[in-house]
Amino acid sequence: MKLHSLMLAAGLAATASMGMAEKIKVGMITTLSGGGAGLGIDVRDGFLLAVKGNDDIELVIEDDQRKPEIAVQLADKMIQSEKVDVMTGIIWSNLAMAVVPAATAQGKFYVSPNAGPSALAGKGCHPNYFNVAWQNDAYHEAAGKWASENGVGKVVVMAPNYPAGKDAITGFKRFFTGEIADEVYTKLGQQDYAAEIAQIRASGADMVYYFLPGGMGISFMKQYAGSGADVQVMGPAFSFDQGILGAIGDAALGVKNTAHWSKDLDVPGNADFVAAFQAEYGRLPSVYAAQGFDTGLLLASAAAKADVADADAFRAALKEADFQSVRGEFSFGANNHPVQTIYVREVVKEGDVVTNKLLGAAAENHSDAYAADCKM
Amino acid sequence: MSTLLLIEQVLNGLQFGVMLFLMAAGLTLIFGVMGLINLAHGSLYMVGAFAAAATAAATGSFVLALVAALIAAAAAGAIVELTVIRRLYDRDHLDQVLATFALILVFSEGTRWIFGSFPLYLDVPAALAGPVTLPGGIEYPAYRLLIIGMGLAVAAGLFLLISRTRIGIQIRAGEADREMIGALGVDISKLYTLVFALGAALAGLAGALVGAIQSVQVGMGEPVLILAFVVIVIGGIGSIKGAFVGALLVGLTDTLGGVLLPEFFALFTEASSAKLIGASVASMAIYILMAGVLIFKPTGLFGGQT
Repeated sequence: MKLHSLMLAAGLAATASMGMAEKIKVGMITTLSGGGAGLGIDVRDGFLLAVKGNDDIELVIEDDQRKPEIAVQLADKMIQSEKVDVMTGIIWSNLAMAVVPAATAQGKFYVSPNAGPSALAGKGCHPNYFNVAWQNDAYHEAAGKWASENGVGKVVVMAPNYPAGKDAITGFKRFFTGEIADEVYTKLGQQDYAAEIAQIRASGADMVYYFLPGGMGISFMKQYAGSGADVQVMGPAFSFDQGILGAIGDAALGVKNTAHWSKDLDVPGNADFVAAFQAEYGRLPSVYAAQGFDTGLLLASAAAKADVADADAFRAALKEADFQSVRGEFSFGANNHPVQTIYVREVVKEGDVVTNKLLGAAAENHSDAYAADCKM
Repeated sequence: MSTLLLIEQVLNGLQFGVMLFLMAAGLTLIFGVMGLINLAHGSLYMVGAFAAAATAAATGSFVLALVAALIAAAAAGAIVELTVIRRLYDRDHLDQVLATFALILVFSEGTRWIFGSFPLYLDVPAALAGPVTLPGGIEYPAYRLLIIGMGLAVAAGLFLLISRTRIGIQIRAGEADREMIGALGVDISKLYTLVFALGAALAGLAGALVGAIQSVQVGMGEPVLILAFVVIVIGGIGSIKGAFVGALLVGLTDTLGGVLLPEFFALFTEASSAKLIGASVASMAIYILMAGVLIFKPTGLFGGQT
């Protein structure tokens, strides 16, 4: 289990023409085994693709097994003995809360490729903490906005009874103007939703919005399709992403979901990214892969501009976000969280593959609700 | 809440209960006959689900998938018994827990090695995909009715096996006095392998049946394992009858608690926080049930003296 893969992300390809660029050492702690490993693997693979052939970046990768205590040990090791300059990779908000504040307090940069807990966007924000993905509420807020603007009157909202689940429901309600028919809190890790599905059917709602990450969403969607319920379904991309659509199958067809990226998004570089990822790994990229890829591009752009030993210059170079994100326009807000457009996608079948098709923007230039609390 | 909805929820609780029974039956048999705490029972459940998903993908037949799940889990159980578990019978429970926990890690990483980190696809057979209308106008998924039916059939089969057959007599004798049946000329090591494989096959069947409506992924067995332990503690360790009653009690308590408790708290507080409190109490309900049973019957509902 002690996966320790130390890899030089670069070959001995020709040195970059700009002689000023210094090497930066990046420590990636992500989930590569246990439940939810698919997300970490996608982030890692996207990142590796972005920095392939770039010898400014030296990468150390470790597996946190989705356990906060292991993530903390690995972070200590990376900071004290590996002496990394920048850390990245954490998928889960509870792990991020255990690692990020300590890392930034010790003067390290942390660039989040996934987790965006509200605490780190608001009061706990830090000049050395950058989030390249989204604040946790973003997909839910965009979904609430889309539902209000598309004539959805009554909604059942459902999420697991834990902090990110409560945030999801709060986020959805923040922009939803219709009526909440019912709020359903499930157990975290619940696999059987027969009771909830019966409640949804009896509620008379127009739509059910649910946030059930990973295996929970797979179970719910398969059972929902078999129940004969016909209430429209919507969720964040976490429940309908490439990694899990294969396991849900046709049961997900027609479902709307919100994301900041889609593989058919028509922006420069995106088609190349999708093709390169497929060629390299033999599968379609997910939003997590796109986030890992953008994280790699961001670090490469900052490394080309500034020496990491000069923290102020490197911070400024990160904040500029001078790279072509595969999501299109991207910039950092005052709290170093993204200002970006969140889209609505629909699950369709292309040939034999169940995947997402872009429908349109749900919330343009969307930032988060916590920036006002951030003093830095 | 309407009566129809309540009946539907009772069916849901029943279905959850019989699924738990398939898991708990093997666990309680193995504990009863061999005195072994097998934490890796959840891994055998996972083996069944993965074998079913792989077979269904290759052949497209759900029946073959179920057969494959039974065979794969029984084979995995027998191999594990012969190579590892056999050495643990004379050790104390702590050694058994450590060794079978190690087996969980081996099974999880081995499965990831073979099948990768992403969940596999396994769907219910097309003939059972939709709902059926029950008397009284309840629409209920056909596949869940199948689970209830199969669970009850397996329960009946197990009762007959244990009460009417020679193997059953040996199993019961093994529960009563392990040394004595060895002395009476029963090949005890063969009996142990057989019981272990039987328990594993039941877990594999549960994994395959449930995998079709839930997700087939690494680590899927452990949450169910915990519930199965609750079931056998409530029912009385070693008792098949106890496992059956305990499983139905846990299934019904969990399902109905999740539905009724939020409604109950809504009588006292405003809706949004009632949902939160209700959901929180509901997730404790089965453990409260277990504690309650243990207060009045410390060896469980059908447990003998320890």
